[in-house]
Amino acid sequence: MTGALWELFFEGVWITVQLMVYSAVLAAAVAFGIGLARTSRLWIVRFLSGVYVEFFRGTSALVLMFWLFFALPLLGWQLAGLWAGTLALGLSYGAYGSEVVRGSVQAVAPAQREAAIALSFTPWQRMRKVILPQAVPEMMPPFNNLLIELLKGTALASLLSIGELTFQAKLARLSTGQSAQVYGIILVLYFVIAFVVTRIMRLLERRAKASIGRAPEKSGWFSRRLPIGGPGPQVTTAPGGKP
Amino acid sequence: MNNWSWEYVGDILPDLLHGLWITVQATLLGSLVAFALGLVWALALRSPSRWVTWPVSIVVEFVRNTPLLVQLFFLFFVLPGWGLTFDPLTTGVIGLGLHYSTYTAEVYRAGIDGVPEGQWEAATALSLPRRRTWTAVILPQAFRRVVPALGNYVIAMFKDTPMLAAITVAELLFQANSISATTFDYMEPITVVGVLFIVISYPTSLLLRALERRLVR
Repeated sequence: MTGALWELFFEGVWITVQLMVYSAVLAAAVAFGIGLARTSRLWIVRFLSGVYVEFFRGTSALVLMFWLFFALPLLGWQLAGLWAGTLALGLSYGAYGSEVVRGSVQAVAPAQREAAIALSFTPWQRMRKVILPQAVPEMMPPFNNLLIELLKGTALASLLSIGELTFQAKLARLSTGQSAQVYGIILVLYFVIAFVVTRIMRLLERRAKASIGRAPEKSGWFSRRLPIGGPGPQVTTAPGGKP
Repeated sequence: MNNWSWEYVGDILPDLLHGLWITVQATLLGSLVAFALGLVWALALRSPSRWVTWPVSIVVEFVRNTPLLVQLFFLFFVLPGWGLTFDPLTTGVIGLGLHYSTYTAEVYRAGIDGVPEGQWEAATALSLPRRRTWTAVILPQAFRRVVPALGNYVIAMFKDTPMLAAITVAELLFQANSISATTFDYMEPITVVGVLFIVISYPTSLLLRALERRLVR
């Protein structure tokens, strides 16, 4: 492994991180928008946001990415590869995130909401001062999981020839022919990024929980807790709740 | 802007359905690998010896936190160099199964932990041998709890199979790509592929939700 190759890998890491951050921002916006819309009082808002969630959870992120990159230009919108990747990842992981937002918001004790109504808070004040400060700490562990899934999803963008880590690995493999070393190294690099992301999310979780006087749950050395019901809709478990 | 052509859709549908069949095969075979291997991980992680749990947990965390696509490339390009040559579909099934086994391991763990303590104690009181405690008491009760969660991972795996196109498995997305490469018209093939995924995964997830209400109470 020469210096030039490492330079190639670090360029890839940088683009991977960029892609992850952009998609995460979009996904967070979608998650809160759609997640809160699903708790709306109007049935049409609940229905439409439900359709969004089922649509994007039902389709495959890679197929969506290909559609945005290859089919959308035929309708007159040409997207740069990075943006097609960001859009596909952000929209689909946002749909998963919206379920987390919805679950956590609904898991806030009803008495809290009633108290805020009794104090004649406006709906916006109620959400911002009472509901979200209690719901957000509960969202952190599932958001951590989704962020790692998103990081893993950025590898798909290599198939659109975006120069992120997996794509750089392909170039490195073609130029050196040392598949085992190249792919071994980038697997480790992905693992390191995932580890750093998990640590940051744990820190944010600790802070968010401390601000409402709760202690974070104990966890193992990698400290990623998977949803017990798998990636699908959770009927029996609310995020943070016991099954 | 091009116009949607149903005639074109009709022409490409047989090829796409052939791809769908391979996608389904990959999903089902991958699930079998994931179910079996996940149970192995879950039982190994309950071992009293640290010399077993440590290496297993490192492998599981590593596989779980790195991209499936890169793992597929690793298997596809590296295994032949070690003298293990498989056809692309087998490589894909191994990759999918291995990746998802690290998730199903966690499902089994939760399922086994969910079996009430009294069941273990009863097995001890009846002085059942260890093996029978597992096969006749614990696992049958654990399986009932984990079926819906495992089903959700099968759907997730189904939606990840398009990645196998990258290692030349002739599944749905691969077929769509090769059709588009000859006709230069991407709209219909990719759209049909996307629709097929939703048409299959959404009803399946509804079915699982119904099953979950029945099995897990």
